[in-house]
Amino acid sequence: MAKVGIVIVSHSPKVAEGAADMVRQMVGEEVPLAWTGGNPAGGLGTSYEAISEAIRKAWSEAGVAILVDLGGAETNSEMAVEMLPAERRARVVVCNAPIVEGAVMAATESAGGSSLERVRAVAEELSAN
Amino acid sequence: MALEEAMTSPGGGTGLDAGRTRKLIADVARSVIDAADELTALDAAIGDGDHGENMKRGFEAILADLDALSAMPAPELCRAIGAKLLSTVGGASGALYGSFFLALAKSLPVEPSRASAAAAFGDAVDAVRARGKSDFGEKTMLDVLIPVQRIFATGGDVVAIRQAARKAAEATIPILATRGRASFLGERSIGHMDPGARSSALMIDAICAQFGEE
Repeated sequence: MAKVGIVIVSHSPKVAEGAADMVRQMVGEEVPLAWTGGNPAGGLGTSYEAISEAIRKAWSEAGVAILVDLGGAETNSEMAVEMLPAERRARVVVCNAPIVEGAVMAATESAGGSSLERVRAVAEELSAN
Repeated sequence: MALEEAMTSPGGGTGLDAGRTRKLIADVARSVIDAADELTALDAAIGDGDHGENMKRGFEAILADLDALSAMPAPELCRAIGAKLLSTVGGASGALYGSFFLALAKSLPVEPSRASAAAAFGDAVDAVRARGKSDFGEKTMLDVLIPVQRIFATGGDVVAIRQAARKAAEATIPILATRGRASFLGERSIGHMDPGARSSALMIDAICAQFGEE
């Protein structure tokens, strides 16, 4: 069965890559995973195109959960989701969760075969308290 | 030339001939590029200090495409500008300005009248509201776009619009930021102009200067 894909979007490529390393340590290659960080010029920031590409890379029939750090990462990720073809749009969510813990928890949940809704809920529980 | 005449005069889709369309795009782009240091300084005070560089990169990409852009009808031009800003500016600003121009492209007819241009501008402002989950009074670009939209829709001339945009950007100085990274500063965000409000005001000023000529 397809596992929910995870996308990590940070302003910093180092943070994104580091968070992805932590996810891999937990779930290995079981879960589709992509990360992106940095603006279109390579500095700190976020890039709509790089996020769109990361969603393509981590695409899964079970859907994709995106973990973001600060404002621009969320705004650009939401934009990238809205620009997806209609049949994919409903299967990609931006999680309201801390980026590192959220990514690790979401990926672990995904590896167990949970649905996108469940993966998102588990990541977002981290922000509940 | 009055705004009404300019918007409805025959010629290209913007109501301008290709030469004036070219000048309009170039003037707007240069006004942002020339203010890059100022925008960066404003953003450094209450944000991450990249607004000037990001906007400059976006509008340099637009200048590089000036020949092709100048020949486009209004909706196509707005779509191309939106896509370009979205892919080159980055961050929240890229998505917000990208959303603005893409929504404008969707609503603007090929031969816009004053009324249809104002309505399309309203749709574009709504797209920014939705994208930023924000509204008037939160120390953002909407603090400029919303009053400008109101004056545009109720028949104000370019002088009134220009003045309102400038004043609206200045009016963000005493506001406590509740959106974006400036909100992390809490009370310390008070006393600084919002960089997004400033960049919006600069663009509106350059557009008004163009339509106010003759």
